[in-house]
Amino acid sequence: MGPNFLDNAFFRNIYCNLSESDDVRCSGGGWLGDGLLPGGFEWLAFLITAILMAAILITLVLNASLVFIWAERRLLGRFQSRIGPNRWGPYGSLTPIADAVKTLFKEDIVPAAADRWVFNAAPVIMMVPSLMVLAVIPWGTGTFLADLNVGILFIIAITSLSTFAIVMAGWGSQNRYAMFGAMRAVALLISYEIPMAISLLGVLMIAGSLSLVSVVEAQNVPFILVQPLGFLVFFIASVAEINRAPFDVAEAESELGSGYHTDYSGMKFGLFINAEFTATILSSAVIVAVFLAGGRGWGFLPSQAWFILKMVPVLFFIVWTRASWPRLRIDQILSLAWKGLIILAFINVAVSAILSFIWPAPSTSELWLMAAINFGVLIVSVFAISSWFGSGPVSTPRMSHDEALPRPRPAGLSAGGDS
Amino acid sequence: MTLNSESVIVNVGPQHPSTHGVMRLRVAFDGELVTDAEMVIGYLHRGSEKLAEERTFTQVVTLTDRMDYVASMTNNQAYILAVEKLAGIEPTPRGVWLRMISAELQRIVSHLVAVGFLLQDLGAMGTPLMYTMREREDVLDLFELLCGARITNSYHRPSGVFQDAPDEFWPRLELFMANMPGRIDEYEQLISGNEIILSRMRGVGVIQPDMMINASITGPMLRAGGVDWDLRHRQPYEYYDRVQFDRPIMDESDNYSRYLVRVYEMRESLKILRQCIDQIEPGPARDADVPFVIRPPEGDAYVPIEGPKGELGFYLVSDGGISPYRCKVRPPSLINLTLLREMVIGLPMAAMIVTFGTVDINMGEVDR
Repeated sequence: MGPNFLDNAFFRNIYCNLSESDDVRCSGGGWLGDGLLPGGFEWLAFLITAILMAAILITLVLNASLVFIWAERRLLGRFQSRIGPNRWGPYGSLTPIADAVKTLFKEDIVPAAADRWVFNAAPVIMMVPSLMVLAVIPWGTGTFLADLNVGILFIIAITSLSTFAIVMAGWGSQNRYAMFGAMRAVALLISYEIPMAISLLGVLMIAGSLSLVSVVEAQNVPFILVQPLGFLVFFIASVAEINRAPFDVAEAESELGSGYHTDYSGMKFGLFINAEFTATILSSAVIVAVFLAGGRGWGFLPSQAWFILKMVPVLFFIVWTRASWPRLRIDQILSLAWKGLIILAFINVAVSAILSFIWPAPSTSELWLMAAINFGVLIVSVFAISSWFGSGPVSTPRMSHDEALPRPRPAGLSAGGDS
Repeated sequence: MTLNSESVIVNVGPQHPSTHGVMRLRVAFDGELVTDAEMVIGYLHRGSEKLAEERTFTQVVTLTDRMDYVASMTNNQAYILAVEKLAGIEPTPRGVWLRMISAELQRIVSHLVAVGFLLQDLGAMGTPLMYTMREREDVLDLFELLCGARITNSYHRPSGVFQDAPDEFWPRLELFMANMPGRIDEYEQLISGNEIILSRMRGVGVIQPDMMINASITGPMLRAGGVDWDLRHRQPYEYYDRVQFDRPIMDESDNYSRYLVRVYEMRESLKILRQCIDQIEPGPARDADVPFVIRPPEGDAYVPIEGPKGELGFYLVSDGGISPYRCKVRPPSLINLTLLREMVIGLPMAAMIVTFGTVDINMGEVDR
């Protein structure tokens, strides 16, 4: 198994420039020729290419989070019947950069009572999991850092690391609001790990692999159609995992000030915000890879473009829910996870197990059949669960009617109050 | 094994996004649940009642603006009615109608602010708040036409209002009246049937009607508890005996009913506005014979009105001089807050914030 970025023309050229690899894909050499490094240094060529590729992807994703911040603020402006940022750059497109510069120049305050090591480490640790997920996402044909054969497991394991950062931020701040936010975040993240993992089991049964590249290859029919119930549970769980509305109880600005990052200022606060937006982008990327057939599309656009195009509606929907819905209470969020989503996820697993027992290696037409059956299951089970959760009929005020006019005035009170 | 646990005491406020000003609550939490709450007020105390003793009766109007600063018109109205009763001044009919129009517009504004910030407390990311602020701007533009000011209006005067409405006021008012019912329906579509709103607000923050009556709580909060008490109906002041309107009553006495009663009262205010526009008569907007410096005879007067937040009353004592000997306000915000502790004990933190929001207080009025 050679370096898997050789499928991508750009990185293949760089790698083949450097190394004297005898890989068949490197037979033509690179743009600059072949073997700039002497023989026996293939590992160095591999390292240079991999670091370059990681740097490019991280830069792109961090910049994408800036674009997403701008897009979200413009969209929220539209949703809220106002204009949104429009001062810096065309349509306010430089606003996030101005924000970033401002954040950099802000004074970095560490509260006197804070546990300095924990307090300072938390924002850095917060960034790590969202950037590590980057490694296994297949952004397009050959555009991935690692085709881990446990890719999906890796994502689930790594994203739960952000719990540590939030607890460290809440504990290190020595602030009661921060502690409230951190405790809520732990309860929420641990609860939603479970439906998130179970909802992916159906996908794994059909794809037969934990590798995200294989999952994308298995999607002759996008899994959003084959696994609608799994998609629903996974989508809700991933919105909860990234602490966004209506599950933003850990930040809950109307209750907790700013939740676990109340005491942070300057670039540490910026890291928290950036981690949140990066996590949003990457969770939408995971949704695209697992449920929307990744970079597969029609030939007139490169696969990377298809991938990004598919992320747009997912991100738009996340912003839309944030603009429209109020926040759930933490106990309601937990009961939704334990009493609702886990049941739905298990129903999905049961149905998928039966279906993949009938069709062990489904063809495209069998996938469509699965989709039809699963949509029936989706409608029935969601209807059952939501009628259980539903809050019943809503009462409206009874109107107390007036008597005939003019009504009698009590003594001592007339139009001007002249008694 | 026993867990050594102790309750955490958190200062909610005076700098907190959801305390609607500078309210401070010292809350004892057991986990997420409120076990005790203590209200600490006075951060916005400006001594308005004492300042009133140093100003002439007409100058005090500007002080009343700054009490409940989202409902200045009704503050003016309550004070002016007390002055007129004290001095025996008869207002001009057109002045009374204009006062009613401005007061009902102000009631709509106050309820818009209450609903918008309540949804903000629920965590709705500002969308409903922006919608309600959009309509509030329309009304503030109307106030600007009436008196040149948007927030601190000082529009009402003894014997009428400061000036007659300009000609362009009436088409703008008609435009607002035409838009507003659709806008209220829009809020209801966005908010009232939302499952998250229902699950967070129904059955939460319940307070018994007899407790509210004992604590002399008034306004939409009392009407949401099934008590049909509206001073515009029970003790008509101004020309409220000449207009027909319904009083929305709900029996649940929970957060949701307090919200819904406010939304329905906005519709009733529109009805009253329509009847005021139809019945307004030409004439002077104030009596030019009433001097700027009034010297009421010795005595006292108390006039309560139905403010947007509840019974708003001014008690004035005159010693025959040019300024009140004593000016005492009955602020609905402060009195409606008195049962907050009973309402929030046992609730989770998030529900405490929402319950606080549905009481709809204004710290300018609580502390004065």
